[in-house]
Amino acid sequence: MTTTYDLLAAHPFLVGLPSSYVERLSCRACRASFRAGMRLFEENGRAERFWLIREGSVNLDIRVPGRGDVIVETLGPGAVLGWSWLFPPYRWHFGAVAVEPVLSIAIDGAGTRALCDDDPAFGYELTKRFMAVVVERMQATRIRLLDLYKAPA
Amino acid sequence: MTATTMTPRRYRVVDRTQETDDTVTLALSPLDQPLPVFRPGQFAMLYAFGVGEVPISLSGRHGAGGLLHTIRAVGSTTNALCRAEAGYVLGVRGPFGEGWDLPAPAGADLVIVAGGLGLAPLRPVVRHAIDFRDRYTSATVLIGARTPQDLLYPDEYDSWRSARVDVFVTVDRADAGWGGHVGVVTALFDRLADRPADTVAYVCGPEIMMRFAARGLTDRGVPPDHVWLSLERNMQCGLGHCGHCQLGPLLLCRDGPVVGYDVAGPLLSTKEL
Repeated sequence: MTTTYDLLAAHPFLVGLPSSYVERLSCRACRASFRAGMRLFEENGRAERFWLIREGSVNLDIRVPGRGDVIVETLGPGAVLGWSWLFPPYRWHFGAVAVEPVLSIAIDGAGTRALCDDDPAFGYELTKRFMAVVVERMQATRIRLLDLYKAPA
Repeated sequence: MTATTMTPRRYRVVDRTQETDDTVTLALSPLDQPLPVFRPGQFAMLYAFGVGEVPISLSGRHGAGGLLHTIRAVGSTTNALCRAEAGYVLGVRGPFGEGWDLPAPAGADLVIVAGGLGLAPLRPVVRHAIDFRDRYTSATVLIGARTPQDLLYPDEYDSWRSARVDVFVTVDRADAGWGGHVGVVTALFDRLADRPADTVAYVCGPEIMMRFAARGLTDRGVPPDHVWLSLERNMQCGLGHCGHCQLGPLLLCRDGPVVGYDVAGPLLSTKEL
């Protein structure tokens, strides 16, 4: 049987993380699955956990007056969903909805913050990994801001 | 410089498909002796008589000696071509330039990365992947577009999938009816087989998109000389004589438009080239 530890160790976000760190995270993790269309969280809701997506995909959205829930990005297998649990005020900046059936690992936010506080080396390693994700998504957003596919004037 | 390459041959528009609001595909049939066979990735100079001439890549073949060109209306000549109805006669010169490096080595993972109108010159590569599917371990098409309405050839994707070519699509901006992926095309790289040394990639789209795509592929371990880009500059003569399409040491109408990232990479990151 595949344990939560095995799933965490195999996930791209945690690949190469020392086994003792994975062990600690696994104590605060559980499997989580979502049906297509199921909302994982609402914009401005309390950010209490994050998810490592194993299968399926999730849309990040934001409510725009007159336009409903506008999708801003899709996260697929191998992605990490949610970083608002890491920084005060621990509120989601966007909402998230499963596009198709999702298999994931949910990890408790407060517990992970406590692990980071207790062991700065662990906290630094995890923060570096989240930082890399944030930078990658910021760069992707900048590229989209360029509106590259727009017809030349 | 010969009459063959400098003198346009007459082709008649025999079919016209409105692909998006500003993009059409014209099917052309020769009125004169057909031009030599175009290889995927090569381009033609299409001449709207009395208006002007523009370089347009081949997007497919139409019967014996016929050509398919997908054209976006962005200027006076392309506007004239996009308005062309069946029966319109235009001039064609070509084939020009170096095309896609095909076939790829047997057993390779083919990756086709298209952004916006960049799918047009890549469609013959998709056709090659379908025709020679058993030669390759996998074939994957990654398509990025501005909106769902801007996708090229969406009616063909299911037939590509039926031919065992994986197709993944993403858009920058989704509307309410869109059930697919939203984000940049490089976000789809996670869907690729993890055999970078055996991957051969064909990339076409806006130049910045190609730079990021090529960088993303090489970061994953794909050798730079396995990544092919179709570049665009101001092609005019098509023969490497006029120099308008110079990119550093390259004249893209002759040495391109398809260039390996090992050569193109340093040039694309040099200002003012």
